[in-house]
Amino acid sequence: MATYEMKEAKPAPKNLSGPIRWIKENLLATPLDIILTVLGIAVLLMIIPPFVQWAVIDANFVGTTREACTDGGACWVFIKEKITLFIYGFYPESEYWRINLSFVLFFVFGALFKFYGQSFITKIAVFAGYPVLVYFLVSGGYFGLEAVSTDKWGGLTLTLIVAAVGIVAAFPIGIVLAFGRQSELPIIRNLSVIYIEFIRGVPLITILFMASVILPLFFPEGMTFDKLLRALIGITLFQAAYIAEVIRGGLQAIPKGQYEAADSLGLSYWQKMLLVILPQALKVSIPNLVGASISLFKDTTLVLIIGLFDLLAMVHLTGSDAAWLGYETEGYVFVTFIFWIFCYSLSKYSNILEQRYNTDHR
Amino acid sequence: MSLFSNQKFRGIFFQLLTTIGLVAFLWYITTNMFTNIEQRGITTGFDFFDQVAGFGISESVIAYNDTDSTYLDAFYVGLINTLFVSFVGIFFASIIGLIVGVARLSHNFIISKLALGYIELFRNIPILLQILFWYNIVLAALPSPKQSIVLAEDFFLNNRGLYVPKPIYESGFVFVVIAFVATLIGIYILKKWANKRFDETGKEFPVLGVSFALIIAIPVLAYFISGSPVSFDNPALKGFNFRGGMSYSPEFLALTFALSIYTATYIAEAVRSGIEAVAKGQKEAAASLGLTSYQSLKIVVLPQAIRIAIPPIINQYLNLTKNSSLATAIGYPELVTVFAGTVLNQTGQAIEIVVVTMMVYLTISLAISLILNIVNKKMQIKER
Repeated sequence: MATYEMKEAKPAPKNLSGPIRWIKENLLATPLDIILTVLGIAVLLMIIPPFVQWAVIDANFVGTTREACTDGGACWVFIKEKITLFIYGFYPESEYWRINLSFVLFFVFGALFKFYGQSFITKIAVFAGYPVLVYFLVSGGYFGLEAVSTDKWGGLTLTLIVAAVGIVAAFPIGIVLAFGRQSELPIIRNLSVIYIEFIRGVPLITILFMASVILPLFFPEGMTFDKLLRALIGITLFQAAYIAEVIRGGLQAIPKGQYEAADSLGLSYWQKMLLVILPQALKVSIPNLVGASISLFKDTTLVLIIGLFDLLAMVHLTGSDAAWLGYETEGYVFVTFIFWIFCYSLSKYSNILEQRYNTDHR
Repeated sequence: MSLFSNQKFRGIFFQLLTTIGLVAFLWYITTNMFTNIEQRGITTGFDFFDQVAGFGISESVIAYNDTDSTYLDAFYVGLINTLFVSFVGIFFASIIGLIVGVARLSHNFIISKLALGYIELFRNIPILLQILFWYNIVLAALPSPKQSIVLAEDFFLNNRGLYVPKPIYESGFVFVVIAFVATLIGIYILKKWANKRFDETGKEFPVLGVSFALIIAIPVLAYFISGSPVSFDNPALKGFNFRGGMSYSPEFLALTFALSIYTATYIAEAVRSGIEAVAKGQKEAAASLGLTSYQSLKIVVLPQAIRIAIPPIINQYLNLTKNSSLATAIGYPELVTVFAGTVLNQTGQAIEIVVVTMMVYLTISLAISLILNIVNKKMQIKER
């Protein structure tokens, strides 16, 4: 009686597995692919080695004056010498600790929110307490702290302050506008639509002009706003319209049954919106909210046009310092790097959030 | 039951409250505004449009000079420059975006990662920073006119800008234009005929290839038959600078580079997500119907992908137009630089000028959303 046995499976041929197969499939599949691969490598070779040569191999890192830069590559000494200007602007040197402390407190409050975020008191402490604390800390004038006027604020600190205020302050306004746009009351709906579409239809720079030139005319003689506050008002009003549109997108994604369920439980309008609809809508909107925040973070650079000294403006300014002429490139590469790190990590963070809050049943 | 539990009454009450609040606020700021204007002696009204501007503008498509052009002329110069730089930016952003978006989906590992690198790099850098970088670092480092980089014969690049030959159209050129228009009409008729024949007999006609050949061949033919009616005024180095030809300033180049490179990243993402959003089942269905991969792409995937990709792309066109206002940081004479900058400083009439500037952008935005709505309506799936 013949027996039949399964033969043991042979390993896949060498050229159909492992790295060779991968290269064949992903780099050399067709003649066109081969050409593209060669072209791609050529482009990489054109960009990366010269940049590394300039930024690392030929670069100078030690020293304190421009005489230290002798190797013909990047002069990072320039950045090293100006780093305090880039971070703190014209803030008095003896008071740097106040800004540093604000940074540290950010992480303290962040941790507080992460571990005790459920309690209402923590939420108040984080979202109301922290900004107030930082305001008193940075501007001073109270508790024996030396007052530092806002025209001394600058650099990365100012960039972060403008971005943070814009993102946080625009949020509640944006929610109200989004509710307004979804409202059944015609006057409220139309006012919201007009506001949102008007703001979204004009460039931020015109709103900043409006805030810096026209806003003071709207208030009585004695009432003055400093330049920073005017910029913050402009940016907040601008961002609110974009946040409103993002949240509206979230609201529209909520099935009608949720509204009806809340109604049939006898919840009032605000109970319904705040307890049932908004939490779900925000969850859906998270990626777009982070996207809008990244946009705002990039847009904070526009304040240099109305004469504030944010990070980009400081780099622009130090580039024309007579002692360091010709090292603007290093400054630009540095500020590019900073902005890129912030925006890129925020966008990656939004991917993580999206996955964490994804409660789809799959 | 109190009146307040009546939903209708509550609605009216809150709307009334909002209206009263808004009117009170508007009244407060306008009265303040008029007092302030009076106190500071600021002129009001739009009379300044007729006054002589008295400042020069480096780049202008329409006739403009600093001796007798008015502020209205300056406004038009700015507006036209805004539209021009936006148009050129949109053109290049679309091309780069399309290429990068398709490259992103390539099976070739290096090409796809290169495209990803491009997108992640440029879209995470503020556009203003990019504009300043191109202007202050790259273009400022170009050689002086005497050592110009020769891009091609009669194309020169130096720190004063890009110099190219200027075409001069002679009277015979009208034949080329007529030939071009006639070809367009011909292609339209050809397309109708091909569709009809396809519906009746099922025979396909390579409309795309034939039209492409025609649109190039016929005008070129007309050009030579009418005796080459275009001559070129070539730029030439005279003294320290170039004379003749056409030139594009470094400001214009920096702005165009930055705007197209930045916006292209968003267009690339729109193209990619449009193609990816077409359900896999659609491609499989096309394949199981026996369509070739080209047919599947042309008549199944692309029509659906375009429908998804067009709205975000048009939105990016609008963003590019709005971002062109950042030209004010490098002094390219577009609307914000000329009008909300120089004219505002000279006249001091901030309110009128900022409001007019905003209205211009608002009009452009509304026009673009109108186009978007029409396109959306045309592209909607027509269910029967």
